[in-house]
Amino acid sequence: MPSNLESQLFVFLLATFVGFEVIRRVSPLLHTPLMSLTNAISAISLVGSIVIAGAEKSQLSLILGTIAVVCSTANVVGGFVITDRMLKMFKKREPGK
Amino acid sequence: MIETYFIQFTYIAAAAAFVLSLKWLSHPTTARRGVRVGELGMLLAIVGTLVHHEIVSYQWILVGFVLGSLIGLPLAVFMPMTHVPQRTALSHAFGALAAALVGTAEYYLHTDKLTTFTMAALSLEVILGFLTTTGSLMAFGKLQDLLPSRPLVYRGQNVVNLSLFAVAVATAVYLVLNPARSELFPVVAALSLLFGVLLIIPIGGADMPTVISLLNSYAGLSAAAMGFVLDNKLLIVAGALDGSSGFILSVIMCRAMNRSFTNVLFGGFGQVQMAAGAAEQRPVRSASPEEAAQILEAAASVIVVPGYGMAVAQAQHKVRELYDLLTRRGVDVKFAIHPVAGRMPGHMNVLLAEADIPYDRLTEMEEINPDFPRTDVALVIGANDVTNPAARHDQTSPIYGMPILDVDKARTVMVIKRSLSPGFAGIDNELYYMDKTMMLFGDAKSFVGDLVKELAGARTPA
Repeated sequence: MPSNLESQLFVFLLATFVGFEVIRRVSPLLHTPLMSLTNAISAISLVGSIVIAGAEKSQLSLILGTIAVVCSTANVVGGFVITDRMLKMFKKREPGK
Repeated sequence: MIETYFIQFTYIAAAAAFVLSLKWLSHPTTARRGVRVGELGMLLAIVGTLVHHEIVSYQWILVGFVLGSLIGLPLAVFMPMTHVPQRTALSHAFGALAAALVGTAEYYLHTDKLTTFTMAALSLEVILGFLTTTGSLMAFGKLQDLLPSRPLVYRGQNVVNLSLFAVAVATAVYLVLNPARSELFPVVAALSLLFGVLLIIPIGGADMPTVISLLNSYAGLSAAAMGFVLDNKLLIVAGALDGSSGFILSVIMCRAMNRSFTNVLFGGFGQVQMAAGAAEQRPVRSASPEEAAQILEAAASVIVVPGYGMAVAQAQHKVRELYDLLTRRGVDVKFAIHPVAGRMPGHMNVLLAEADIPYDRLTEMEEINPDFPRTDVALVIGANDVTNPAARHDQTSPIYGMPILDVDKARTVMVIKRSLSPGFAGIDNELYYMDKTMMLFGDAKSFVGDLVKELAGARTPA
């Protein structure tokens, strides 16, 4: 466990720094799509939900896991679709207009 | 063995895809590619997870996929752009609930095997998860007008909230040290759920951009905590990315209001203004669409300042027509976007982009403020506090020190507004009483529609 802990904290620290650097550069123009995209990405908690729901270790974990799969799937599907829908609308001026 | 390698490979690829996805999102020209690669990463991770050896049956996973898609897809496809803040709040609730429920399931599955560290991460996951769930649902209710969007405050509120939170944390700490005391787990869960409600109740509509960002950050952190519990590095990475994104956005929002986190969460923006309520009746100059149209026609440059009022009135498409007519007459039209305009970060940009206004016309506050003194007309549509000059000089004003759009420096100011009633922060706006200000009273959509009619009618038929 302690060695796991060390590498976990390492990953968390580095990912947070990468996150800060990358997200700082996102134009305020796109802050709404940014939020819906990061929301979709963090719905990766779906992978945890899948294992809980699929392992069927107890009645309780099956129920909670299935609800969690529903919630995260809704975010995965919805998050990516609405982000793309928003980004599609951002257009530059047509030349000559 | 091979299965483990496969899963690890897909997770590493997914983590890389997520970072690239956010990187490409930084600019409108590459942003859609960012969504593609994000989807790819997600797909890889899901496929990788499905071969996990602990999974014995796919029945309920499939049920979850189908139900989730049935909920998520319509919310994404049919939700009008004016409702994006609501959808976002709802999705924070979904994400946080998933994390909290997985944490709960993990706790009851492994109660006797949990190490102190895992239990600590699990408590964090569950507390953040549950409080973000109810908090986001409250935010959703306020944005959707199911709940009053004004702050609900009562005496001793902060004491109640903080002591409740302290009890929740203390119980969790005790549970971390004694994981077997499973009767305490529901207590932590219930207190967190309750705290989420109480935390958001006193927050007013104008503070929603900060609160939504903060909830975004919490939802991400609870996903990261879940990664610690499950020893899943992909979850840690994705959660950390989401957490830092939400954090950066909330810092930007706070800065744009010259307020601190504690002030947003515990300040109750609405209470201060009772004193300012007794404003004397001062004369304003109101104007008709005809007069306003004449001035706009004669202008060489116009800056439009949109606010939440434009979103409420769904006026963005009429604004586009106005933009087209003026641009065709050679008027230079730009849009000035205050960081906290609307109900979430970037809200105005999405609405104006929806109405087909080119994004290079949408300018940020720092960039456009020097332009106001050289601008003939500043047209304020449904924005209030972000244009109030009192923020610059009146030290007694609750918004003193907040960075504002220097609308008052334009040669003529036009304000489209329903009535003289003060904005969400409840502060009287001295902009309305200036000599060069014309108040255009009416619904934003119909008034801009009238302006369009006037301008179109005056044009000589081609």
